[in-house]
Amino acid sequence: MPTYTVTINRQQRNIEADADTPLLWVLRDELQLVGTKFGCGIAQCGACTVHVNGSAVRSCSFPISAIGESKVTTIEGLSEDGDHPVQQAWLEHDVAQCGYCQAGQIMSAAALLAQNANPDDAAINNAMSGNICRCGTYGRIKSAIKTAAKS
Amino acid sequence: MNSATGNLANKIKTSLGRRRFLQASAAAGGGLMINFSWGVAPTGAGDAAAGMVPDQPFELNAYLLIASSGEITAMVPNPEFGQNLMTSMPMILAEELDADWQSITAKQANYDARAYERQFTGGSQSIRRAWQSLRMAGASARHMLIQAAAQQWQVPASEIIAKNSTLTHTKNDKQSSYGAMAAAASQMPTPDEVSLKDKSSFELIGKSRHNQEGQKIVTGQPLFGIDYQAEGMKIAMIEHPPAFGQTVESANLDEIKKMPGIVDAFIFESISPEQQKNYFDTNAFPRLIAIVGEKTWQVMKAKKALKPQWKNLPSRTETMNAFGREVSVTTPGGLENTTDHRKKMDQALAGELNTLREDGDVISAFDSAATVIERTYRSPYLAHNTLEPMNFFAQINGDGVHVAGPLQAPVFIQDTLASRLGIAKKKIHIEFTRMGGGFGRRAYSHYLVEAAVIAKQVKAPVKLIYSREDDMTMGIYRPSYTVRIKAALDKDKKLVAYQVKGGGLSEHCVHENRFPAGAVDNYLAEAKAIDSNITTGAFRAPRSNFMASAEQSFLDELAEAAGVDPIDFRLALLDRAKNNPVGDNNDYDPARYAGVLKLVREKSGWDAMPGTTHKGVAAYFCHNSYAAQVITVKQGEGEPKVDKVYSALDCGIVVNKDSAINMVEGAVIDGIGNALFGEMTFTDGVPDKKNFDRYRIIRINEIPDNIDVHFVENSIDPTGLGEPPFPPVFPALANALYQLLGERQYLQPYAKRHQAS
Repeated sequence: MPTYTVTINRQQRNIEADADTPLLWVLRDELQLVGTKFGCGIAQCGACTVHVNGSAVRSCSFPISAIGESKVTTIEGLSEDGDHPVQQAWLEHDVAQCGYCQAGQIMSAAALLAQNANPDDAAINNAMSGNICRCGTYGRIKSAIKTAAKS
Repeated sequence: MNSATGNLANKIKTSLGRRRFLQASAAAGGGLMINFSWGVAPTGAGDAAAGMVPDQPFELNAYLLIASSGEITAMVPNPEFGQNLMTSMPMILAEELDADWQSITAKQANYDARAYERQFTGGSQSIRRAWQSLRMAGASARHMLIQAAAQQWQVPASEIIAKNSTLTHTKNDKQSSYGAMAAAASQMPTPDEVSLKDKSSFELIGKSRHNQEGQKIVTGQPLFGIDYQAEGMKIAMIEHPPAFGQTVESANLDEIKKMPGIVDAFIFESISPEQQKNYFDTNAFPRLIAIVGEKTWQVMKAKKALKPQWKNLPSRTETMNAFGREVSVTTPGGLENTTDHRKKMDQALAGELNTLREDGDVISAFDSAATVIERTYRSPYLAHNTLEPMNFFAQINGDGVHVAGPLQAPVFIQDTLASRLGIAKKKIHIEFTRMGGGFGRRAYSHYLVEAAVIAKQVKAPVKLIYSREDDMTMGIYRPSYTVRIKAALDKDKKLVAYQVKGGGLSEHCVHENRFPAGAVDNYLAEAKAIDSNITTGAFRAPRSNFMASAEQSFLDELAEAAGVDPIDFRLALLDRAKNNPVGDNNDYDPARYAGVLKLVREKSGWDAMPGTTHKGVAAYFCHNSYAAQVITVKQGEGEPKVDKVYSALDCGIVVNKDSAINMVEGAVIDGIGNALFGEMTFTDGVPDKKNFDRYRIIRINEIPDNIDVHFVENSIDPTGLGEPPFPPVFPALANALYQLLGERQYLQPYAKRHQAS
């Protein structure tokens, strides 16, 4: 089995895994970083969203062999104490119901704001329409993104 | 007012005869521990006599702990799946306790077999009773703290003020925190009776408090079953037959077992054929292939390499224990097609039906009517699609088993598991995890039994995970319904007859005593269910979730035929049901029903909307609560788009306001999504959609611009809120779409633009 050295949440980790192993399962099974969620396995729901070099990526469809020198950030590494403006805005708006999709939503939103500090509705829709919320908290997600953009 | 005597109203007993609902004791470290019966407190003096309380000692299954540090812990015995009871339940306790909200922490309890059997005696009353028992516990703790302070300070208890976790006697300049008085309070006699606050003096209930679990959610903490870890744990997945009506015959298991990281592969039965089924044991695929391995991806790859042989099942009849009643369940053989179902439903509705309720004589009324309208409404199957797929952890410990994961109805699965493993019920330990959505699906927790059987076979702790495809194609779907309604207007355009015929696979959706029963002189409700081997079950607001669509779309069409505003048309019927009801078994309150319609009319500005606005209204009553929705739509890019939604709810007292609004917003979006896009179809028994690439779920760009939520303010004890706002969303949308498109909507999902039948 091949070995990979990858940078995850600013730490170098040595991983032994098949080349086609999705990053999602490396995070969950090898590193016990379970904040990144399994939802569909085909990049259709966004529950597994992480940052690869700052861009939102669906980790369920991103093989370990493709990471190379790229830097991976998961929900656990987004901030030290949950104090990223997006996380804080999520708390302020009490976005979550069941909460299962929210790590993926937050990662997508944080990547959006890193690239577009003041997104309008169309930009939010565009960046967030890959993330499903079965509880229907989308309205609060929009409001929280706008709040985070102000801070 | 917060004094012991001020503004206090009804009293509640803490015991009945020798049976206690509450017991106080000293906690380790000098705190006050109140153990109490969750969900079985007497709701008033008369309830016990009415036989609502089981004749046996109560398990004191919940607790409230006031530590000497002042930290307060409230244990929540029910599993959380987004309804936010980890916040709202402690709010009820804190209200009666007059506690500092910042000092309260909620803790999720594990399953206690004996305790939960008690809880289910409450049935549909469980919310109300939890309300009462929480208030009882909070008020008792407060009472004991005040008594302790009175004794210590040698002052009358009536002069002590309890507020914000502090006891004060102003005259003698005495003050103590709850924490400092907790040890002394634990030595006070437990009160036989305590006074509850007058509802008008509530200071916390009705306000908004942030989700207690929020921080854990936004930082990705391991809260869910799928996150469960244990020493030596293996990963298991299952493979089920592709078609309903099939079972597993064989597979290339020897090949699979040789794959990297695979521990075992075998065929097993989650329910043995001779085992009696319980009510929530609905399961089309009791015989499955298991693959167990070290890592999830290795197991997924082995699953892809499976070459199974399937065989078709014959028709069979089994008995099921339905809440103590033995019923016979027939599962036909054969591979079913959704296209054939429609024909079968039409044949069934044309044949003999079961009469559920009959008032007057609809046949004569139709014969002599000025106008007769008949319409047929059809719904598809729906998959629940909880975002966290089905999963469970299991570990066999000697003659017992520990299981952990997401489930909604633990009491029934415990019997099934005990019988399947041949172990005693008391040897089963169930740990609740936060659920990544439920919507009814997790009431059918066959996956718990599957995990336990696999763990037993491989002699190791196992976490069973469904793939999305397993989850979607092995569903316990919302049934497919057909409803035919026929009504007559007299020459004055008054509704004189109403006949509803409901059919469904495998259940119908008629509630015969609901509106408009009681509002029409000639009324007939009939129904028939058709057997199918496609498994169906509870889905957010079972049955109501489609009957609302049929009935409220139909009433809209009747109002139009009568030339009356659709809200006025409904209000006139409710007026009739209130002032001169037909029959005496109508299970809704016409005044509260009318109340939500009037509120939504006012808040939406219904009467002042310009004629160019395409608007629809609907109202429905279910789960003891009333809901009305007004929806406006506009033409979007290619598809109609929902513009604005106005919701009016009457669920009695609202505990956590912002959380309740969140719940309603979610129900509205879920309703719009399922009404427009939700559909599962079957070809030769095979589900046609397997993942979110084809099963369309509403997304952020498809939500309304605004959802405006309003609650009727009253002092009625709280009732359900997770389900009631959902059903009327569908018909309000259908009625608005008619205004936009000029076509009535008879077939869901509406975005498919079916032709009227």
